[in-house]
Amino acid sequence: MAYPNGCEKQGNEFCGLCCTKVEHFGVKFGSKEILHDVNLHIHCGELTAVIGPNGAGKSTLLKAILGELKHSGNLNYLDAADQNTGVPVIGYVPQHLDFDLSSPLSVMDLFAAGNSRLPAFAAHSRSLRQKAMESLARVQAEHLHDQRLGNLSGGELQRVLLALALTPIPDLLLLDEPVSGVDQPGMELFYEMVSDLRRRYDLSIILVSHDLPLMARFADRIVYLDQTVKSSGTPAQVFNDPYVTGVFGRIAVPALPKGQIIDLKDGV
Amino acid sequence: MQNWLPFEWTQYHFMLNALLAVLLVTPLFAILGTMVVNNKMAFFSDAIGHSALTGIAIGVLLGMGDPLLAMLAFSIILAIGISNVKARGRSSPDTIIGVFSSTAVALGIVILSREGGFAKYSNYLIGDLLSISVSQIMILTAVLLLVLLFWSIFFNQLLLVSVNSSLARSRGVNVRVVEIAFSIIVALVVTVSIQWVGILIINSLLVLPAAAARNIAVNMRQYHLITLLIAVISGLSGLICSYYWGTASGATIVLCASVLFILSLFGKTKSI
Repeated sequence: MAYPNGCEKQGNEFCGLCCTKVEHFGVKFGSKEILHDVNLHIHCGELTAVIGPNGAGKSTLLKAILGELKHSGNLNYLDAADQNTGVPVIGYVPQHLDFDLSSPLSVMDLFAAGNSRLPAFAAHSRSLRQKAMESLARVQAEHLHDQRLGNLSGGELQRVLLALALTPIPDLLLLDEPVSGVDQPGMELFYEMVSDLRRRYDLSIILVSHDLPLMARFADRIVYLDQTVKSSGTPAQVFNDPYVTGVFGRIAVPALPKGQIIDLKDGV
Repeated sequence: MQNWLPFEWTQYHFMLNALLAVLLVTPLFAILGTMVVNNKMAFFSDAIGHSALTGIAIGVLLGMGDPLLAMLAFSIILAIGISNVKARGRSSPDTIIGVFSSTAVALGIVILSREGGFAKYSNYLIGDLLSISVSQIMILTAVLLLVLLFWSIFFNQLLLVSVNSSLARSRGVNVRVVEIAFSIIVALVVTVSIQWVGILIINSLLVLPAAAARNIAVNMRQYHLITLLIAVISGLSGLICSYYWGTASGATIVLCASVLFILSLFGKTKSI
């Protein structure tokens, strides 16, 4: 099984010691400051949810981490031995596909474009097919391999994109409102899947989301962002922060300790 | 055999040259067209085609016998310009391209129509496939090879950019470089072929085969094969029809492609 670089060196499945450091990030569009002095430490095996009002710069932060937007400050990836391994391998699941869904693009084509040297219009090699099927199996989407992207439901599409983002297993996984436009059961299924994959592959995850109750359930840490980090900590800490409750009101945080499984047969 | 098959046209040298040119130009346009349509660049390639007028005008002002080099230089500068403004600006790409394109057309017409001499450039408007020479066919061959090389190296990156630029970035694609390189290739191909296809219809040849194939294809491989097939079939049938009807070959080819596009609507995949 493949693990993020640092964890593999440690020989420990769930080391939790690798750390992605976002240090003093700032982004400007012209003279307008979108983000300033954002500091985040993301440990592997942790799901960090970034929440905040519209226009707070949440997506901008992800684009800056990706290197798509110019920013000030540093992005450092430290492995378990605290050695700087430089730029992390990043997986990214976009908010919504900003492209024409009538494009004749199959799921396998997308994997070919992202993982193969052979052009996607050529026949796909056996090794690519195998790799893609393994990746799709992680998100229970093997059966979708020959579908056109445009034929998939919102939830299916996001699972396929998640599978692509996990090939190869990244040091840092970025999810930008991955389930906008997906129905409630699809949303929960997706987050359960992400949560489970995080444990299995010891992933560091930054997730931008509007679904606060779901984040209270699934996230290990919450960061409240509005141009800079206004509040951060466990869901209980952030959702009880007077600053945050002042904006969002009260969010119920599940009282159960994280990871505990509710057995429905016993009744609640 | 000649009595019942339409092969009379093969006796003429110019028709054979035109046939070669069609067999080079249509695949060239088909291949580029797939990603022009996917990247919603139809308006961009149209602007590049129209800007050829300014290129010709610059060539004439510089006293060049064949304005091709001036046209190439101008269209590539324009392609880079549009690409840069698009990347930086917040306004709609359509507006930016519209501004560039109409300025280029107007400037070209103003310069070329001095002393009422525009008529001798009207060939560029409708194209003249039948006057293509062997050396010009060689140039087209070289361009086709260049595009094939570009396609085999950059296609995956181009495809990822067309899906989502942040996604492409996360797979290590330098989005700006790929976008500019593709713009330059489109500008190069459009400009080199404009004399034979014609400013007014060149964009249809680029867009129609791919647009038709999108109605039928379910993956990239089919998309490419069907686009190529539609382009070559309309190229050959258009050329032969134009001979018998005595019509402009470029426009006749485009009409054939339009017919195939309409047919493709009947085979449309259910998803759309």
